[in-house]
Amino acid sequence: MSAQSLNTPLVLTRRRPRLAELAFNFAIRACVFFALGFLLALLAFVVYKGWSRLDSRLWEGMPTARKSRIDTAGVQSAILGTLWVVLTTAAIALPLGISAAIYLEEYADNRRWYNRILELNIQNLAGVPSIVFGILGLGIIARAFGLGFSVITAAITLALLVLPTVIIASREAIRAVPSSIRHASLALGASKWQTVWRQVLPAAVPGIATGSILAVSRAIGEAAPLLMLGAVTLVLFNPDGFDSVYTTLPIQIFNLIKAPFDGFQELASAAIVLLLAILLAMNALAIFIRNRYAKKW
Amino acid sequence: MVNDMVTVMPSSRGGVEITPQEKVPNYREAQTVLEMRDVSVSYGAFKAVRHVDLRIGEREITALIGPSGCGKSTVLRALNRMNDLVPGASMTGSVTYHDQDIYASQVDPIEVRRHIGMVFQKPTPFPKSIYDNVAYGPRVHGRKLSKAELDDVVEEALTGAALWDEVKNKLKASGLSLSGGQQQRLCIARTIAAGPEVILADEPCSALDPIATSRIEELLLELAKKYTIVIVTHNMQQAARISDRTAFFTAELDDDGERFGRLVEMDQTTTIFNSPGDRRTADYIAGRFG
Ligand SMILES: Nc1ncnc2c1ncn2[C@@H]1O[C@H](COP(=O)(O)OP(=O)(O)OP(=O)(O)O)[C@@H](O)[C@H]1O
Ligand SMILES: [Mg+2]
Repeated sequence: MSAQSLNTPLVLTRRRPRLAELAFNFAIRACVFFALGFLLALLAFVVYKGWSRLDSRLWEGMPTARKSRIDTAGVQSAILGTLWVVLTTAAIALPLGISAAIYLEEYADNRRWYNRILELNIQNLAGVPSIVFGILGLGIIARAFGLGFSVITAAITLALLVLPTVIIASREAIRAVPSSIRHASLALGASKWQTVWRQVLPAAVPGIATGSILAVSRAIGEAAPLLMLGAVTLVLFNPDGFDSVYTTLPIQIFNLIKAPFDGFQELASAAIVLLLAILLAMNALAIFIRNRYAKKW
Repeated sequence: MVNDMVTVMPSSRGGVEITPQEKVPNYREAQTVLEMRDVSVSYGAFKAVRHVDLRIGEREITALIGPSGCGKSTVLRALNRMNDLVPGASMTGSVTYHDQDIYASQVDPIEVRRHIGMVFQKPTPFPKSIYDNVAYGPRVHGRKLSKAELDDVVEEALTGAALWDEVKNKLKASGLSLSGGQQQRLCIARTIAAGPEVILADEPCSALDPIATSRIEELLLELAKKYTIVIVTHNMQQAARISDRTAFFTAELDDDGERFGRLVEMDQTTTIFNSPGDRRTADYIAGRFG
């Protein structure tokens, strides 16, 4: 070794390009570029198209069906409708979903057949198309329960829709808490419930929060079930209660795009930008929480 | 306490036959705190440990030794009902704490664990502050303490665990920010603060370096002035250095060829190490198997 290293410096950086490696490298880059490029093009397109309407009119004006009023129209009732529906959805789905996850992870005995059936059904529910939830909401919640086309009907339906997501994400977060923490707590004379409440849940909160935010952001973007639940009508006032008539952003965008006049499409694009901004912000928050509170053990 | 007189000298007279009566450990001085009678523990259909009788003397350090898989941890967990947490585990026989059957139907396992605490092999601080780790026991026991009283409990426990000087200026720091040895002392402090009479420790030093280990050993000797301690260890020197009594377990094959754990003998540590009553004990201590 010493004989050759004196005069000829060791070359470690020289690389022989291999054809297969190069081709593969190119292929994956192309895929990423294509996906990203498509997304960016879409974004650029809606921002360009909606640019003239991206101002305060968007959230100060009310929707309209009249061509003559389109210049001052906005989507205020849809923004507030989305807020009402989604906050109510979260208020229903999160406590239910997290409690169910606690039951399934901490209390349910897997050897019991009913617990296994429960598990299987949650997995299945997560795969049911959202329009089916709309039909269920229409038949049972709106008609049988007599709640009609209201904020609460929409919220209950969306809550059922995102419940499996909340449960599955929360279960994963709870399962990731090492059992040594549970045993240490119990060995100190804590009860099962104290152990869950004081150790397991706090340790699982980041994971639960991440899953919950993603579930809620899905509810925000969801339009299909609401099409069946009365959100289609033109709503010229803001919702003021759970039994109120409402519309939401995705539905409003759908209505605007259908209109065959100039000006409506631009407003729709502006509303899309707003909706995307909200969704991206929520996803960013979820990612932030996940990274900020990465595993401590 | 006979700790300082222990000599670590494997005896060559291990094979000496001793009549059964003589093998029964005598507890002339120490009062019995915990007693196992004919205890067998199963995991599912597997009877892992069979027919164990042992007595734990008050304010003594009892060491459980024996080859891997002979059921030391199983026996230890049976002493404070931690085996209840293992799905499928079941037990026969009786375990009494001050003559009270801790497996009786009206007994609350949570209450049992408040009297009989446990320290684990791997330090397991909660992902909370040092203060909150130590205050956990008093808090979950629903003791109504003022802030000042709780502060006192925490300081006393940390002092008792020989950790106070190292952490008194950073009680708000995370328990996970401490070194391994400090974390284990934090876990001991946490156990002390819960106010038990008995402390069970399952290989509490096996994840630690020699210096941290000797600090924990000193600490256990100090704690034995106030607490009854049962420790599982693989380290013969450690058992010899700190324990008053030693119970030797081994694994045997039954008629069906199933491996199970049993107690071979239990006696004063000096006796076990210098003139054990059973050949297997002598062989194990001499390092001839296990
Ligand atoms: N949770 C469990 N489920 C099933 N079997 C178990 C369980 N815990 C222990 N066992 C079995 O019981 C027997 C005794 O195990 P135990 O952990 O008590 O031994 P040990 O003496 O503590 O061993 P080590 O020195 O390796 O810690 C072993 O055969 C083991 O495989
Ligand atoms: Mg063990």
